[in-house]
Amino acid sequence: MTIKGKAYIAGAFEHPTRHAPDKSVAQLHAEVALGALADAGLTRDDVDGYFCAADAPGPGPASMAEYLNLTKLRHVDSTELGGTSYVALAGHAAAAIALGKCDVALITLAGRPRSEGMATGTTPRLRDPNQPEAGFEFPYGLTTANGYAMCAMRHMHQYGTTSEQLAWIKVAASHHAQHNPNAMLPEVVTVADVVASPLIADPLHRLDCCVISDGGGALVIVRPEIAKNLRRPPVKIIGAGETVKHLAGGTFDLTISGAARSGPAAFAEAGVEPADIKYVSIYDSFTITVLIQLEDLGFCAKGAGGKFVADGNLISGIGRLPFNTDGGGLCNNHPANRGGMTKVIEAVRQLRGEAHPAVQVKNCDLALAQGTGMQLGTRHCSATLIMERE
Amino acid sequence: MTARKIPGPIVTVESEPFWNAARQRRFVVPTCGACGKAHWYPRAVCPFCSAEKIEWRAASGQGTIYSFSVMRRAKEPYAIGYVTLAEGPTMLTNIVDCDFDALHIGQSVRLVFAETEDGPPVPLFRPD
Repeated sequence: MTIKGKAYIAGAFEHPTRHAPDKSVAQLHAEVALGALADAGLTRDDVDGYFCAADAPGPGPASMAEYLNLTKLRHVDSTELGGTSYVALAGHAAAAIALGKCDVALITLAGRPRSEGMATGTTPRLRDPNQPEAGFEFPYGLTTANGYAMCAMRHMHQYGTTSEQLAWIKVAASHHAQHNPNAMLPEVVTVADVVASPLIADPLHRLDCCVISDGGGALVIVRPEIAKNLRRPPVKIIGAGETVKHLAGGTFDLTISGAARSGPAAFAEAGVEPADIKYVSIYDSFTITVLIQLEDLGFCAKGAGGKFVADGNLISGIGRLPFNTDGGGLCNNHPANRGGMTKVIEAVRQLRGEAHPAVQVKNCDLALAQGTGMQLGTRHCSATLIMERE
Repeated sequence: MTARKIPGPIVTVESEPFWNAARQRRFVVPTCGACGKAHWYPRAVCPFCSAEKIEWRAASGQGTIYSFSVMRRAKEPYAIGYVTLAEGPTMLTNIVDCDFDALHIGQSVRLVFAETEDGPPVPLFRPD
């Protein structure tokens, strides 16, 4: 049993807003849902599968299903994997379609941490007192930023990775963002700019961190017979993988992410190799997040990520592996503090040949979207999705 | 000892023995009576062999820094870190009483307990 070729991404929509104080979270979900359905040439009444994660208001899918007035649902999935949820949900939708559980799957993401003034990365947050580790983490001031920073510190120690090498990831993202009229940070930056920006949590500087933005995005995934009759260039899902990586009772390696498991699973299902991939969307909560995932996916050896990303190797038209051609979370947006959805959407644009001409990858027939959700420095979820142009 | 005010840890029925020992300034590391392995964070079910025979063994309080980060963005900067205990597992903690700029991976550290705002004291480490 495989999902390879059993489902197609028929609609994709990214909300243009980056700051939405005048809209509710539910409204943003509805706007992206309708945007993706319109893109596909389908309507609300065609939707029989709804997929969302914890950014959807209310518990699970119920509130949004009602708000959208989806009345034909026969499959729902609200798997919560943090920011990578939507990469995983695209795979879940393909699996549900392959099993005949639904024909038209809608996945939505939206939120407004910027309007709500959330200090996303630098404030310790106690999410659930029943989390068994809470008492052994919260007192120490674990934040998003310093958790990822400890991964960077360890990677530098183990492999000699430098701040300048990490900076190249931001530089590449900024080269792409200059062509995105919606990007929050469209200015091209240099390695010197990144390492001269203030330290947030050693060794991560401000420009190593992603933006905080409002917004959202949605995908419509359908079975092949439906895709055939739709107007948009079909994007075939050919492989998916997911996992959880954690501290394993206190025996862990912070330089390895869940991509080391979700990646090979997706490649095996797709029957392709890293060298075949023309474009990658890589979750970029921080620069270090990108470097570690690229290694774990096999685009370079473990520890060689610093050299791999340097000198513009991730810049479209210049480097060997163009990444995040929308500017990614580092420069474009990070709606709801969750970057997985926009990773899939930009991969779809590339496969359709609809990325900005300045960053469109030539003959882009195979793309990969990779995300990590939650905290790289403690426990996180990883999802990998491989897509092919028909 | 440390400038940052430390919120008290959430104490659960499962972690209570650890925090009761901490109140007496005793640092104990949960160790499985079946497989003999120590683990972190403390739990009632051994993460290695799944036995429910956890013993709270007195630990040396010696460790080495596995990784760390100084939170410069905070009002009062502090160092978060992972310390690998002499007993085996690696735990999340703070490194205190130190020169932030001299901290390094592999550095020897020793346990100290620090008072919290509203709970039992928590184990921290300082350069040995």
